[in-house]
Amino acid sequence: MYKTRLLAALIALISAHAYASGGTSATAPTNAKWKAECASCHIAYPARMLPADSWKRLMRGLNNHFGEDASLNPADTAEILAFLEKNASRRKVEPAPQPAIRITEMQWFIHEHEEVANRLWKDPRVKSASNCAACHTNAENGRFSERELRVPK
Amino acid sequence: MSDSFHTLAKVALTIATLVALPATAQTPEQTLAGFKQAEPGIQAFSAARGEQFFKSTHGGDWSCSSCHTQNPANAGKHAKTDRLIKPLAPSANPARFTDVAKVEKWFKRNCNDVLNRTCTAQEKGDVLTYLLTVK
Repeated sequence: MYKTRLLAALIALISAHAYASGGTSATAPTNAKWKAECASCHIAYPARMLPADSWKRLMRGLNNHFGEDASLNPADTAEILAFLEKNASRRKVEPAPQPAIRITEMQWFIHEHEEVANRLWKDPRVKSASNCAACHTNAENGRFSERELRVPK
Repeated sequence: MSDSFHTLAKVALTIATLVALPATAQTPEQTLAGFKQAEPGIQAFSAARGEQFFKSTHGGDWSCSSCHTQNPANAGKHAKTDRLIKPLAPSANPARFTDVAKVEKWFKRNCNDVLNRTCTAQEKGDVLTYLLTVK
């Protein structure tokens, strides 16, 4: 009798793991290596924030990642890039020889932050537009809902 | 019946424990020994030399302590993003310098940023020797 229960528990465990690791349409996609490597110095910006070509350019230029060496070994670079490309934004962008790699330059970002006062970007509590967590209290978990905003006064 | 279940449980637990240990885990002292053997002509490591190296700039704006602070037993933060960096001294953070791949990854990056070149095995050994004295 307990063998059936054990089997049921095993199936439940495997299902839970599959749910947690791959994500469904209700949860943001995640990858363990991406999370471990890309959250070292800033939040791991969700893959949907940039189109695939931008991620490609960014991941191939990690030796000079916005002024710093963030290089990875080839295997890790490939794995992370594959994850990012698979889950990238599908918004149409103007093809360019050098795709934009700053999330803050994306049209959707500019539109979403139109009403943010300029002085806020320079506020020492914010420091930079790339510091999502300054206002997006759940950015660490990839959640940017307006309901979880707390803008410094 | 319950005997075979208990045996199965013990075996599963042993395997789970073994799998949980990272394949490249070693002590900081073993990492230090690795530096000593890495290049010919290595002199005895010096904590004093390592401390000076750690706290000095090397032609650029940053020193190691710009992010890892003047007291590496404390948590530091990224000089640009303010991201929290766990303490570097093994006394405060026992995971430090136990994963060779991780050690080499961060030396490669950070020496490139701070010194604009790779650090020598001598320099790495001096720095780790210093960090091992930090309580």
